[in-house]
Amino acid sequence: MIGELEFERPVVELRKKISELKEFTKNADVDLSSEIKKLEGRLEKLEQDIYENIKPWDRVQIARLANRPTTLDYISFLFEDFFECHGDRTFADDEAIVGGIAKFKGLPVTVIGHQRGKDTKENIRRNFGMPHPEGYRKALRLMKQADKFNRPIICFIDTKGAYPGKAAEERGQSEAIARNLFEMAGLKVPVICIVIGEGGSGGALALGVGNRIYMLENSTYSVISPEGAAAILWKDASFAKNAAETMKITAPDLKELGVIDDIIPEIKGGAHKDVQKQAEEIEKILSASLQQLLKLSGDELISDRYNRFRSIGEFALINDLIGVK
Amino acid sequence: MALKDLFTKNQTKKKKYATIPTEAAKSDVPEGIMTKCPTCKKIMYSKELSKNLMVCLHCGHHFPMNAKERIDSFIDEGSFEEINENMISKNPLNFPDYLEKLEKDRQKSQLNEAVVTGIGSLGGHKLVVAIMDSSFRMGSMGSVVGEKITLAIEKADELGVPFVIFTASGGARMQEGALSLMQMAKTSVALKKFSDNGGLIISIMTHPTTGGVSASFASLGDYNLAEPGALIAFAGRRVIEQSIREELPEDFQTAEFLLKHGQLDAIISRLDMVEKISTILDIHQPGGELA
Repeated sequence: MIGELEFERPVVELRKKISELKEFTKNADVDLSSEIKKLEGRLEKLEQDIYENIKPWDRVQIARLANRPTTLDYISFLFEDFFECHGDRTFADDEAIVGGIAKFKGLPVTVIGHQRGKDTKENIRRNFGMPHPEGYRKALRLMKQADKFNRPIICFIDTKGAYPGKAAEERGQSEAIARNLFEMAGLKVPVICIVIGEGGSGGALALGVGNRIYMLENSTYSVISPEGAAAILWKDASFAKNAAETMKITAPDLKELGVIDDIIPEIKGGAHKDVQKQAEEIEKILSASLQQLLKLSGDELISDRYNRFRSIGEFALINDLIGVK
Repeated sequence: MALKDLFTKNQTKKKKYATIPTEAAKSDVPEGIMTKCPTCKKIMYSKELSKNLMVCLHCGHHFPMNAKERIDSFIDEGSFEEINENMISKNPLNFPDYLEKLEKDRQKSQLNEAVVTGIGSLGGHKLVVAIMDSSFRMGSMGSVVGEKITLAIEKADELGVPFVIFTASGGARMQEGALSLMQMAKTSVALKKFSDNGGLIISIMTHPTTGGVSASFASLGDYNLAEPGALIAFAGRRVIEQSIREELPEDFQTAEFLLKHGQLDAIISRLDMVEKISTILDIHQPGGELA
């Protein structure tokens, strides 16, 4: 099965065994129903053990699955009348970011998200979901348009990072990201951000200055990839597994650090197992969150966003530490 | 303790032991007295170099400058009053060896963190200034750097004076994970608020300004300036070379490269810094009228 991961192998094997037994009893004259029942009970427990204790590194693997649902997958389940808008009006249309207008349960909204491919061909077209400056500038153009027409903005975050390339540097990758952080701070409409896959550093944050930030249970959000951190820390990228734990990049860790507002539960084993059901989970939280935010005025939304980011960070004063040492 | 005290102490610190020069030291440039320029290879007196604001007397190469030197060179004498100097980093992720590394850098740099912030004046114009120092954890931005810069921006807003920042940073600080990443957003939302209130932002990028710092406040000035030859980049050169397998131009990601590609207003030599910044501040002085 595609999208099967190392850590869930015991579950998959047991499930296979059960279906083999079922198949066997159909054709043979033996009654194995009590055996099957026992095994099914064991499967349930095993699933619970495995899927409720997913290790950070396993979450990284789930977040990176080629068949993990992308922005466009969710758009098709969550919104009606999606009309995609292309281009930054200056240089090009960066297909690593998609955006447009749509309706969410009747409410006009602007939707923007990183878009990666699911196969090599599409990934080349989408640059593996790693935007150039024009991608961020397209996103900003659409956000400003949403602001003008008073439409809430929903951002899906799913990128390994902003593209590290010559052309990207020439056209001001830094400035494009910085500009988005700055301008998103001033939007007078609700901005809701959802990390659906990998949230890679500044390239993710450039769509991430929202009033509310949610993460799918098995997504990650980090300042550097586990491989990158391992290369620096242990001078060896193969320590990525350790780095994934140390860096606190999972949804539960980030909720505890106050970086995100809430975790969106995933289908057992990961969102890819049932996109429609996963979209329903997202819809619930989007509805609730929009209902809250739509009560706020433009200025209240700006100060809500300001306070949200203003409070992030941990530090001490020297005087506090005297005596502690 | 004020920052100033830390440095005076550092300067007058006497060696507790006698030094016997090694053969290598005898034949090479005497350390401390003479300095060799890495660009033109010429040798000059360190004192003269220091007097020339750490700019090579022969070719104009800009040597690294620490926060204390910048305050002394650019801020009107006696006007600097440091704020939030007592803020220090914690270890929110329980990152291995982080606290030890911080302590080591505190000793080495005589700074509490990678940025010094304060109120002062430049060419007679009152302002709030933030000066990053790459000798502390490569100038990387964690919670303290983000918080101090944000507090400085808020102070400029409160006083109604310009905010000037000299950046020097390797980017977001890995050891504080996503908290470091979020400092990019925190400083940017603070700048937006300040800007909307009419605040003037001047960013002077010095060597090196990269990653999360170049992708946040460093690029958000009303005027984005840089010192000659400064490395200014989002992604590291090696990362790019690996990802595109293409030869990069010699001047790639230098201040000159950015100017050519429309990313900077101007490159300003350290020797002209006070004069040029004063000019900008002067033009922004309220109440200018047609004679």
